[in-house]
Amino acid sequence: MSVPAVPARRETRVAYLFLSPGLALFLVFTVIPVFAALYLSFCRYDVIHSPVWLGAKNYARLWQDVANRGVFYLSLRNTLQYAIGTIPLGMALALALALLLNAGLRGMGIYRTTYYLPVVTSMVAVAMVWMWIYDPSYGLLNYLLAKLSGGRLAPQTWLANPGQAMAAIVAMSVWKGLGYNMVIYLAGLQGIPEHLYEAATIDGASAWQRFWRITWPLLKPTTAFILVVSVIGASQVFAQVYVMTNGGPNDATTTIVHQIFQNAFSYLKMGYASAMAFVLFALIFLLSLITLRLTRAGQVEYS
Amino acid sequence: MILPFLWMVSTSLKPESEIFASPTWLPQVWKWGNYRAAMEAAAFGRYFLNTVLYSVLVTLSNLLLCSLAAYAFARLEFRGKNVLFLLVLATMMIPGQVTMVPVFIMLKHWPLTGGNDWVGAGGHGLLNSYPGLVLPAAVGAFGIFLLRQFFMTLPRELEDAARLDGCSEFGIYWRIILPLSKPALATLGIFTFTAAWNEFLWPLLITSKDSMKTLQIGLQVFQTQYTTRWDLLMAGTVVVTLPVLIIFLAGQKYFTRGIAMSGLKG
Repeated sequence: MSVPAVPARRETRVAYLFLSPGLALFLVFTVIPVFAALYLSFCRYDVIHSPVWLGAKNYARLWQDVANRGVFYLSLRNTLQYAIGTIPLGMALALALALLLNAGLRGMGIYRTTYYLPVVTSMVAVAMVWMWIYDPSYGLLNYLLAKLSGGRLAPQTWLANPGQAMAAIVAMSVWKGLGYNMVIYLAGLQGIPEHLYEAATIDGASAWQRFWRITWPLLKPTTAFILVVSVIGASQVFAQVYVMTNGGPNDATTTIVHQIFQNAFSYLKMGYASAMAFVLFALIFLLSLITLRLTRAGQVEYS
Repeated sequence: MILPFLWMVSTSLKPESEIFASPTWLPQVWKWGNYRAAMEAAAFGRYFLNTVLYSVLVTLSNLLLCSLAAYAFARLEFRGKNVLFLLVLATMMIPGQVTMVPVFIMLKHWPLTGGNDWVGAGGHGLLNSYPGLVLPAAVGAFGIFLLRQFFMTLPRELEDAARLDGCSEFGIYWRIILPLSKPALATLGIFTFTAAWNEFLWPLLITSKDSMKTLQIGLQVFQTQYTTRWDLLMAGTVVVTLPVLIIFLAGQKYFTRGIAMSGLKG
């Protein structure tokens, strides 16, 4: 119990003094813009003229776009493809790596460093390097493919190929994000008490049983966290798309945020873009709720 | 795993003739001149300055403002505390893209700056300016959350003793809590600096003038409509990545600790 030496009113004043700079910035750059964006989403606004009230027209247009398989629908589909491509694969690989590293092999520090290196590198830098690797004529990937297949596999166009571009971006993104999830899984693994494994081994449990009955259940909170964070992150994918393909070819890689950006700053349709942003917000909110609900069932605790 | 990095460095040291020939790991001719050419292709000196200023200012501002707010949430009792904290947490869920259009417009029409009059018309406001770059990023919910969790683990005896001695709250904050929090502050600082250094979307929004661009945006100068100077681009990429790499190698434990802290409390 802290010593009640300060009357509540003075403490309130001091508290708000401490909070005021941060709160002021929050209000100006986060809270107010959210409401402004909401208002804009019901308008037509191109920066040059004043906003024109449109009612729900922007949202109606988005709905029609989805119904007619338009560009926004494609961005939704592509973002979903990106999420499905990166999340399960990324999490599984990260878990596998964390398990390996946790076994205490020699040189664990070096491995952790090399896997985390891509995470601290900027997305732009990584995207540029991978663009070079994916280059159809001189890229490393096509060269390796040719060598391994004895020249039988033709050089692929990767980022210029509507069927391959998203997969290429997914591969690069998984590579970049591995270290981050791996470190979180490592921290989670280290929180599992050793004596559980010892008891299981004495009882004759195999490695697989130990994993499935001890490790996996006790990792559920960590997995839940990573899943929620990954879903939120995947929904907002932008930089690599902008740099590597700018949404092409033929809108094969455009994502929700990419559409927001294009509509706002290339087409100067800021009202429409704001409507898209709120749809994204709603999607993220819903997905986070669903993910949290799904993972809350099945939490276990072993003493 | 680090193959792409090796490839990046390898390409950065090759002359163009070797780049378009059969790929090899080691260049036959080590063209260090690529680095000078890359730096001269655009105002990289300026981009570097901008990026350093932006990253340092955002980091310092976050450390100060987030710790102030975190102290209030962790140690002080006041009306509206829970509501405000929930509000702060809620902002973490808002994707930056919802606010990016209004913030852009807000900065453009900021009164009495950049050629704007009283009502913010006529000029370009805070766009293409350092305050415009730094202010929207000057405080973050993540930092407040991280530091609050940390402050709550500190023992109360020191503060109580200080309060009995008549020390002001700010004195407690400045002379007791902050020095005790060096690890958490170092972690937040490194995280924030790295994130700011690598930031792409916000500087892209706010800067259109070449003299205000940051390194990440500057990298695009090597790509034209028709062709890409891969050798120079790779050299540029190495230069842009090097500072963060050094910080990472020097302060690895702060990174992993920071992630663990956010991951386990989540």
